[in-house]
Amino acid sequence: MQDFWVSLILTLDATLRVSTPLLFAALAGLFSERSGIVDIGLEGKMLVGAFAAATVASVSGSVWLGLLMAIVASVCFALLHGFACITHRGNQVVSGVAINILASGLTVVLGLAWFHQGGSTPALTNDQRFTAITLPFAEQVADVPFIGLLYSELLSGHNILVYLAFALVPLSWWVLYRTRFGLRLRAVGENPKAVDTAGISVASLRYRAVIIAGVLCGFAGAYLATAQNAQFIRDMTAGQGFMALAALIFAKWRPWPILFACLLFGFLDAVAVRLQGVTLPGIGLVPVQLIEALPYLLTVILLAGFIGKANPPKAIGVPYVKER
Amino acid sequence: MKAATLNKFLSVFLLPLLNILTAFIFTTILFLVIGIDPWEAAKILVQGAFGYEEGIGYTLYYTTNFIFTGLAVAIAFHAGLFNIGGEGQAYIAGLGVSLVALGLGSFLPPWLLLPLAILAAAAFGAAWAAIPAYLQAYRGSHIVITTIMFNFLAASLMVYLLVNLFSEPGQGMPASRAFPETASLWTWQEFMAAFGIEFAASPLNISLILALVCCVAVWVFLWKTRWGYELRTVGANPEAAIYAGINPKRIVMLAMLLSGALAGFVAVNELLGVQHRLVLGFNTGYGFAGIAVALMGRNHPIGVMLAALLFGALYQGGAELAFEIPSVTRDVVVVIQGLIILFSGALEFMYRAPLQRWLLRFAREA
Repeated sequence: MQDFWVSLILTLDATLRVSTPLLFAALAGLFSERSGIVDIGLEGKMLVGAFAAATVASVSGSVWLGLLMAIVASVCFALLHGFACITHRGNQVVSGVAINILASGLTVVLGLAWFHQGGSTPALTNDQRFTAITLPFAEQVADVPFIGLLYSELLSGHNILVYLAFALVPLSWWVLYRTRFGLRLRAVGENPKAVDTAGISVASLRYRAVIIAGVLCGFAGAYLATAQNAQFIRDMTAGQGFMALAALIFAKWRPWPILFACLLFGFLDAVAVRLQGVTLPGIGLVPVQLIEALPYLLTVILLAGFIGKANPPKAIGVPYVKER
Repeated sequence: MKAATLNKFLSVFLLPLLNILTAFIFTTILFLVIGIDPWEAAKILVQGAFGYEEGIGYTLYYTTNFIFTGLAVAIAFHAGLFNIGGEGQAYIAGLGVSLVALGLGSFLPPWLLLPLAILAAAAFGAAWAAIPAYLQAYRGSHIVITTIMFNFLAASLMVYLLVNLFSEPGQGMPASRAFPETASLWTWQEFMAAFGIEFAASPLNISLILALVCCVAVWVFLWKTRWGYELRTVGANPEAAIYAGINPKRIVMLAMLLSGALAGFVAVNELLGVQHRLVLGFNTGYGFAGIAVALMGRNHPIGVMLAALLFGALYQGGAELAFEIPSVTRDVVVVIQGLIILFSGALEFMYRAPLQRWLLRFAREA
């Protein structure tokens, strides 16, 4: 029993760590897509964020400066997306694909030219990274049965970005559902014409949404390179941007369900890692690939209308043309 | 000149040229940033791609893949669908090819085995596209999202099958056992030798002919058959298509099946032509490159062919570049690819509107 409890806590602990970048990116996608701009480019923005964070942190020695540059780099790509989709009314999916491919190429080319390490950045020392924060009394209560472990292992001992990601969920909910900006942002994703008629600029609202998405993807990237890992490695996002997109859709474009979708997908990932090569009685060797594929499979099943109904924002993917 | 002629000149010739030029300008800037002489790099690139027979062989071998995935994206585009799933469809097609080659290879003669394997590639690629197509047509889910998800599903499935079903014990990389001798396509060298012409050894094989046949077939299908006409009508205006008595749902299925089959032919070139076994990730990058090829080629088979040749040259030249200049890898080509998708896809209207205005004024004055 004690063993099971310990391994459950450890798996959940890993779940929180894996869910964090998904959460940042899915919330980024939430703002963008609720304003009517499809964001396939989450992956690419995370990647340039990760590269900028690792590069600046290793050159300047400051992890905070790294985080700042991650946000700047990611916002630049977000603005490019906005420029193509909002200003020039280009195809939003094509723009997202371009951003992903550009990010994947650029980070390696620049990394190789600057650091000569096969596209990686130099390994960061601990003071150039976001390190674990021990919550008060975590060590003192660690020996208390059950609760102690829950507090000291699961809740304590994460870096600041993990706590930030989870704090962003209620914040996003508040911004989207309790502020004037949020109301307008949701309206522009459903019926841009109505917003325009009310005398509010559709383009400026959508640009703001896209920039918020850029900022959040910057956090996700910085987390990958300077918190979860200690360097940038080529293509280190490894599909997490798409996983976040899946979580966003699985959560039907709503903040609280996004939290649960990200935790679920993170949990599946943590379980897959734990069960690698494990033989379970009655099942045999666990098909890890199946567990890893489950988030995508679940999203497809949801989209097909077999688990409730996913209603995307009505104006999503449609460039707004002002009537003259 | 009439306005329509001018418009055609604009979108067929001027815009693609401007888009490539812009992409190349940004590439030049990138080369300057990383401290490489762009002129020197361009020379190595062109020399590597076209300077000698083996290089040409490699260039055309890559071109073959790009034609397949470019046509796959283009034919779906004509029906108003965006197939991002070429990557996964090509991967699953590899499963079809391998099952035929490994399962039937030992007792079927080549003249029966090879067509069967090629058909299997088309069928498996089409089948993997059919599910997203069905979900789009009949269940209302969006094809872009489902095809993305299906890329990841294909990757997981193939890793699972390669590790648990195909792989031989004691191998480092998960790969199947080699296909029997009968299951390999003629290399270009062998093919040319049949006509008494010498050609250097390279991965180029007669899949290139299949690719060119596909170009012609796609052109005939889209512009000379009734189904092609219906497909383009649905792409242009689904509402109008319904009034014309066309069933858009069936057209979605048709377009995606053809698209998946075309993407699946990548497995023919890679597995029957070059690798002669099922290997991990033989499809990597070709599906996404197909998007760039289709966008640049304006979704026309001739355009796709030319764009595929450009990308083939970039791939091969890029490999040469990486060999000559150690601080550069072929990822430079990935950047160029991204720039081309950006400028000829996402930002296609940036030049179009001002140029159109300018050309119209020019036409009026003339």
